[in-house]
Amino acid sequence: MQFGIFTVSDITQDPTTGHTPSEAERIQATLTIAKHAEEVGLEVFALGEHHNPPFWSSSPTTTLAYIAGQTSTLQLSTATTLITTNDPVKLAEEYAMLQHVSGGRVDLMLGRGNTGPVYPWFGKDIRQGLPISIESYELLHRLWREDVVDWEGEFRTPLQGFTATPRPLDGVPPFVWHGSIRTPEIAEQAAFYGDGFFANHIFWPASHTQRMIALYRQRYEHHGHGTAAQAIVGLGGQVFMRKNSQDAVRDFRPYFDNAPVYGLGPSLEEFTQQTPLTVGSPQEVIDKTLGFRDYVGDYQRQLWLTDHAGLPLKTVLEQLDLLGEEVVPVLRREFAKNRPADVPDAPTHASLVTAKYGDRPPRQATPNANRGDNLTVGSPYLDTEAATTTSGAAFGPAATRKAVVR
Amino acid sequence: MTTKRIVVISSGLSTPSSTRQLADRLAADADGILRERGFDVEVRTYELRDLAHDITNHLLMGFAPPKLEEVLDAVSKADGLIAVTPIFTTSYAGLFKSFIDVVDTQALTDLPVLIGATGGTPRHSLAIDYAIRPLFTYLHAIPVTTGVYAATSDWGDGGDGVRSLPDRIFRGAKEFADLVERTDRSELVNDPFALDRPAGHLIGGLTGE
Repeated sequence: MQFGIFTVSDITQDPTTGHTPSEAERIQATLTIAKHAEEVGLEVFALGEHHNPPFWSSSPTTTLAYIAGQTSTLQLSTATTLITTNDPVKLAEEYAMLQHVSGGRVDLMLGRGNTGPVYPWFGKDIRQGLPISIESYELLHRLWREDVVDWEGEFRTPLQGFTATPRPLDGVPPFVWHGSIRTPEIAEQAAFYGDGFFANHIFWPASHTQRMIALYRQRYEHHGHGTAAQAIVGLGGQVFMRKNSQDAVRDFRPYFDNAPVYGLGPSLEEFTQQTPLTVGSPQEVIDKTLGFRDYVGDYQRQLWLTDHAGLPLKTVLEQLDLLGEEVVPVLRREFAKNRPADVPDAPTHASLVTAKYGDRPPRQATPNANRGDNLTVGSPYLDTEAATTTSGAAFGPAATRKAVVR
Repeated sequence: MTTKRIVVISSGLSTPSSTRQLADRLAADADGILRERGFDVEVRTYELRDLAHDITNHLLMGFAPPKLEEVLDAVSKADGLIAVTPIFTTSYAGLFKSFIDVVDTQALTDLPVLIGATGGTPRHSLAIDYAIRPLFTYLHAIPVTTGVYAATSDWGDGGDGVRSLPDRIFRGAKEFADLVERTDRSELVNDPFALDRPAGHLIGGLTGE
């Protein structure tokens, strides 16, 4: 099981001091947080994407590439990557590139975003959010798996003879999680492709998450990727800890009461009762987190939001220390108990390479010698067999889809 | 015997409230008419003032606390809704509209609705037709033609001097009962997370389902 943190990159005033960090300060703090996550033994760092203040993370692959250079084992992910307003062609290129520079330490979580104007800013129609997600991901999926793609759809310009470069590291695309709060279509999408499903989980009652995961698991099995229990599930969560519970509540309350992210509505007590938010001692975090398994089953990835709401860097680093020293080792041990042997871990680059190639060496895509025409028609790579691409719209008849390797 | 599920929403703010009193009268007549026709009737009555904080929290956070969730669930699975609000400043009470705003936009489709309203004087009775009725037609609910407005004076004798309040209550309740009798709405499964049916259509033609 993987444990890690995610950030939405908000720049929020610290209500206890009145200090609002600059973009530069908050960006540097986040880099420090990511590096510290690895130092304390966490496995995943996931970064959000926004295109408006007070958020800074507009360009996740730039940030993640730097973090990759500063770390050695940390798995880099996103929370989330906007599959609606980003061009799937650019996503295919950027994340394959990030795979190469990070040595395969990358996966991504796709989402639709929650800021309405981002759609028109990027030339999209928010009412089409779901169809765009479905079409764009189908294209992204193909671009990573087929060297040459002919494609035509509703929401982007057609492609003829297009090759997304570089090809995925070792011929293995990054693992994809689909993130959603309560959209059954996204659970179905994740299940159809045999991808992971990440439930936002935070800010929402457990009953929502339970139903989404149940649907995803059942459909994962339906689509033939394994049993329902083998589906790949991730959960969000939020924690704030002090050694003892009363101190945690006292210290976190001003942040809770003032941060826009908590809506300025329910009280801290109501919120912790109704959602996965845990404010208390490490033991309380352990107890609550272990309880997640009761309603989603054995799962693969737990990410916590720790650096939001204006919490200063020092406090965030203390949270990571507590997670790494006191919480995660216990969770690791306890979650391993009674976990069926056939429930897989979250896929990593190494596990995907083994699954695809076994003992054989993985593919190393090598272009043909430059033919002078700079066009990627026919077979652009030395090992590419005769072109076997299917053409047609992403919403074409199911029959034409069967030829595509999932 | 078929059970008809009726939900009553009253958004009066005081206790006791004349809005609640009107809601109870409407429900009692509808209940009586349906029972006479051989149906079992289950009436659930909710006062929005008890849910005021939950409704606000839902507006701010996007999810319903458990008590409100139960009410939203009951409304979406009802065979009929009796909705009664005071008229404040020419329109429905803000709390009433806030509640409607957290109801799923598809939850009221085909739902028979009996509208009631209360006010200090009869002069605001048309608020039912220019403010409340469009709200329900927009949501594809089916408000019956008679909306029942009770001014303070209606609770004494005479009312508007044309038809008494009990007459109007009975007329609205009968129109409502006629629709409730015919609907099988509460029998229909309307759960997007139901596990007993295909879901491939959710993502277009990709899955071939």
